[in-house]
Amino acid sequence: MEAFLSNIDRVVDGFSWTVRLTLLSALFSFVLGILLTAMRVSPVPLLRGLATAYVESIRNTPLTLVLLFCGLGLNSALGVHLSGTVALDVFWWAVIGLSAYTACFVSESLRAGINTIPLGQVEAARSLGLTFTQNLRLIVIPQALRAVIGPLGSVLIALTKNTTVASVAGLGVQEASREMKLMFDQGVAPVLPTFLGFAIGFLILTLPTGYFFGWLSKRVAVVR
Amino acid sequence: MTSTPLVVLENVNKHFGDLHVLRDINMTVNSGEVVVVIGPSGSGKSTLCRTINRLEPIDSGTITLDGQPLPAEGRGLARLRSDVGMVFQSFNLFAHKTVLQNVTLGPTKVLRTGRAEADKRGMELLDRVQIGEQADKYPAQLSGGQQQRVAIARALAMNPKVLLFDEPTSALDPEMVQEVLDVMTDLASEGMTMVVVTHEMGFARRAANRVVFMADGQIVEENTPDEFFTKPRSERAQDFLSKILTH
Ligand SMILES: Nc1ncnc2c1ncn2[C@@H]1O[C@H](COP(=O)(O)OP(=O)(O)OP(=O)(O)O)[C@@H](O)[C@H]1O
Ligand SMILES: [Mg+2]
Repeated sequence: MEAFLSNIDRVVDGFSWTVRLTLLSALFSFVLGILLTAMRVSPVPLLRGLATAYVESIRNTPLTLVLLFCGLGLNSALGVHLSGTVALDVFWWAVIGLSAYTACFVSESLRAGINTIPLGQVEAARSLGLTFTQNLRLIVIPQALRAVIGPLGSVLIALTKNTTVASVAGLGVQEASREMKLMFDQGVAPVLPTFLGFAIGFLILTLPTGYFFGWLSKRVAVVR
Repeated sequence: MTSTPLVVLENVNKHFGDLHVLRDINMTVNSGEVVVVIGPSGSGKSTLCRTINRLEPIDSGTITLDGQPLPAEGRGLARLRSDVGMVFQSFNLFAHKTVLQNVTLGPTKVLRTGRAEADKRGMELLDRVQIGEQADKYPAQLSGGQQQRVAIARALAMNPKVLLFDEPTSALDPEMVQEVLDVMTDLASEGMTMVVVTHEMGFARRAANRVVFMADGQIVEENTPDEFFTKPRSERAQDFLSKILTH
């Protein structure tokens, strides 16, 4: 255990990248998820079709494939670079891949939330003269969000864990699980304590997330 | 009373799939007039209301409001909808907004009224429907009758040219029906143009200028409330009235 603790700065550094990957991907997937949801409920059939096709195809593709497509396909084979330094280049590709994938789950949750809103409220808003986007922004999304805070917390926890795929799936991004594997390979500390230490590290990130979202969802719940 | 036509429906037809729900509807509502629409379940009363502010599109015919035809979807329609207030059977208040916010949402977002002015007007309207003290509560904290009065204030806040009511008291406990009807009767006596789907005969007799009887998607009979309730001309209306009177 001492050997592991003496390397604690490497552990912390690994997790700091995990957190960065998680937060940035959470932000982008949230924005993209809202956009996809707006498209999926829009009155324009083309937008609905595009969004549904996107969600259904990406959601049903393994994350490893999505990230491999970003890393090997777009980054290496097609040579699309997002940064001059390799480490940042692969980092941003990982963020894009994770966001593209997670947005589908954000959208699925939001759509379930929208289904909890009585149609009558949407009609009442329409009859006041609110446009489709106003209706979405002022009536539908705020209530849908409150209804799905809990599920969104689960999506965020899944995202946190999914960042570990970014190092194995062709991108070799720096994050906690990669640091762990490096420490194994370099034999700097015994396997079991190292393993346990990283597992606890993930719990420290995910458990409070779950509790926080649970608390928040109770706090903002819309009483009907 | 001046009788300028405000809402005019001409040869309006509407289908839901194979079902012909509105059959050649011709109807005029004059400015300041209160029209009660009555008829058996499924006769198309709600659909009629909903076509007037185009929550339902029509298949053929025309509907004009103050001489202007209803535009297709888009900004023009949103603008015109704000001239037609609608009060629903199930209140449909915005559950995540306070009572006052429910009333000021339309004015601030559609009419672009300033916040302070909208709040002031909103409070006046809430006081008028006697619910001013509840302004900061959420809809779920109010009784049905209170919620429906808020819904009326919300519709009034847009300064609509006409108010549509679709069975506004049908979802209420009996003891709350009167408080809502009282508000509606006041509005009627103040000259508000109203189309009211209701089976409340007391209200129809007291407040309506005209009763429109619908059956199977058609307007079967139109008359003054007194004439209609005492001497219905059509067999359908006689049959219908005998059923609701025995209740
Ligand atoms: N969205 C819809 N899709 C298909 N059919 C519908 C729809 N809305 C109404 N209908 C049908 O159209 C007919 C007229 O309905 P409408 O709601 O206008 O009747 P109503 O006179 O208001 O009845 P009630 O007194 O029960 O409210 C009914 O047969 C109903 O089943
Ligand atoms: Mg109805």
